[in-house]
Amino acid sequence: MSTHHTPLYRDTPLILSVSGVTKAFDGFKAIDDLNFYLEEGELRTIIGPNGAGKSTFMDIITGRTRPDVGSVTMHEKDGRDYNLAKLREFEINRRGIGRKFQTPSIYKSHTVYDNLILSLNKKRGVFATLFYRESREDRERIMEVLKTVRLDTRANDLAGMLSHGQKQWLEIGMLLAQDPRLLLIDEPAAGMSDEETERTGELLMSLENKHSLIVIEHDMEFIRQIARKVTVLHQGHVLKEGSFESVKADPEVIQVYLGRQGKRAENN
Amino acid sequence: MKFSTEMKKEMGILCLVTGLLMLIPLFNAVGPESGPLSVSAFQVSLWGKYLTYAVLAMSLNLLWGYTGLLCLCQSLFFALGGYAMGMYLMLMIGERGAYKSVLPDFMVFLGYQKLPLHWEPFYNFAFTMGAVLWVPGLLAFVFGFLAFRSRIKGVYFSILTQALTYAACLMFFRNDFTFGGNNGFTDFKDILGCNINSDATIRGLFIATTALMVCTYLITSGLLASKLGKVQQAIRDSENRVLFSGYSTTSFKLMIFVLSAMIAGAAGALYVPQVGGINPSAMEAAKSLEVVVWVAVGGRGTKWGPVIGAILVNFIKSYTTHAFPDYWLIIMGGMFVCVVLFMPDGIVGVYKQAKSYFARQRSLETTAA
Repeated sequence: MSTHHTPLYRDTPLILSVSGVTKAFDGFKAIDDLNFYLEEGELRTIIGPNGAGKSTFMDIITGRTRPDVGSVTMHEKDGRDYNLAKLREFEINRRGIGRKFQTPSIYKSHTVYDNLILSLNKKRGVFATLFYRESREDRERIMEVLKTVRLDTRANDLAGMLSHGQKQWLEIGMLLAQDPRLLLIDEPAAGMSDEETERTGELLMSLENKHSLIVIEHDMEFIRQIARKVTVLHQGHVLKEGSFESVKADPEVIQVYLGRQGKRAENN
Repeated sequence: MKFSTEMKKEMGILCLVTGLLMLIPLFNAVGPESGPLSVSAFQVSLWGKYLTYAVLAMSLNLLWGYTGLLCLCQSLFFALGGYAMGMYLMLMIGERGAYKSVLPDFMVFLGYQKLPLHWEPFYNFAFTMGAVLWVPGLLAFVFGFLAFRSRIKGVYFSILTQALTYAACLMFFRNDFTFGGNNGFTDFKDILGCNINSDATIRGLFIATTALMVCTYLITSGLLASKLGKVQQAIRDSENRVLFSGYSTTSFKLMIFVLSAMIAGAAGALYVPQVGGINPSAMEAAKSLEVVVWVAVGGRGTKWGPVIGAILVNFIKSYTTHAFPDYWLIIMGGMFVCVVLFMPDGIVGVYKQAKSYFARQRSLETTAA
């Protein structure tokens, strides 16, 4: 198979193309010839059984791991392209890719407000931060984000005091404060109550079109709520891509999911 | 610039502490010869030593308390600053040494014909002051750059810094390393043309140490009030989040590491003339662990905790090594265990702990009633 991929993004509003990416750990291919294209403003959900390579996929986009083969390209609106495989984590983030981790990672000994100050899209060098002065514009932006994630009444509380769900929202808020073009969100509904889950879904859907989003999720009910287009990963490559209903009804997808469940039942 | 009430309170405490410390040289200069208010020159230099330890603890707190980097080479930076100062003081002895030579005694003893080239600039006090800062700073920069770039974190960072200290210690123990081998430097006579053993010089050194402590305090609170200080603490709580928020955590950690090394070096430089010597045992691995105990006992990640911890632990040490010389290490270990088990925020945190304990008791009573 040729490693050359035609530039699919020409004349299409793509923001991200991942072409022919393979990543192996000790011979095990966590990602195997993966091709993935995301349009500007799209909300994409990625599902797949454990070990399908979902987290490695996010690691590759955000610069945490480097692909062995293949290209990861981010497309600017002005036609420039960036090869993400060559940039470091913080440089990729500065290009406008934000990532939310599976377990809430927030600064627990800072106030909710300060958590967002640190996330604003400002100069982030050592000296720029040393001489940073908070402007009115910054304050307004932070309050706006706090309203969006419904934490405006908790602005002065320590982030460590928030409930699990609120921490997850705060982290999403921290991503929004960066004003990213693309958000990668890993299992946002994990450990949330039904009500919190639904609220999170609403939040993510309200971001669609303003930002591009990739959401990894396990919770089928949640996926039904938010999903437009679903990508199913299996053994490191794309098994199926389509609407939630079509994917759900696909025999191969059912086999992948049910096959594992069947095995688990046997083991028990 | 506007000052909030909290800042005013903080500055008030700082002024009060400085004022109280200034009483020590004041009573030494004009106080009575005997009685409870008399302060001997020995006590001035003893407290001066405690204060250099306090600054050393503050420098570790900057790393461990606020950035989450448990560094075990703080005593190395301290000793390097001390050695730089010691070189100057050795050269100032001139021909008054035991061998009546321009060369320091240990060099005559080891058969040196002339002063090694790298000793020459230490005749100059200004150069020495610079070296006190840049030598530890440069070492921290090079070591930190390599360690942080390779993403060495947590306990691995601690182990590596300890290994670095150990290696340096072994080097300084060697006679051919040109720093006096295991005897190090001692027998100083003059500093800046003043007799190092005169009461006035001892008072001057004490005041300089207090000034260094105040400076360190101001630098720390200035940093903490800035966004850089917030990034620092954010690295401690969730380094990945900081990295994925577009900050190069390597640069931030490196900057703090270098700053902290320079502060430790300055403290070491003031330690040496007040104690009257330095030798490689000052950079033994155990010494860095002691600094960790001071910070933990006083209160990690608090502004005054390291100062209180350093002074208190060393005060107890001075007493016990005198009264029960064999039990000092056991007592220190016991203190550390007690603090870790019962006082997670150290002495400074006891008030808060007690308050929340009584609040809990009260709420239990009300629910019971």
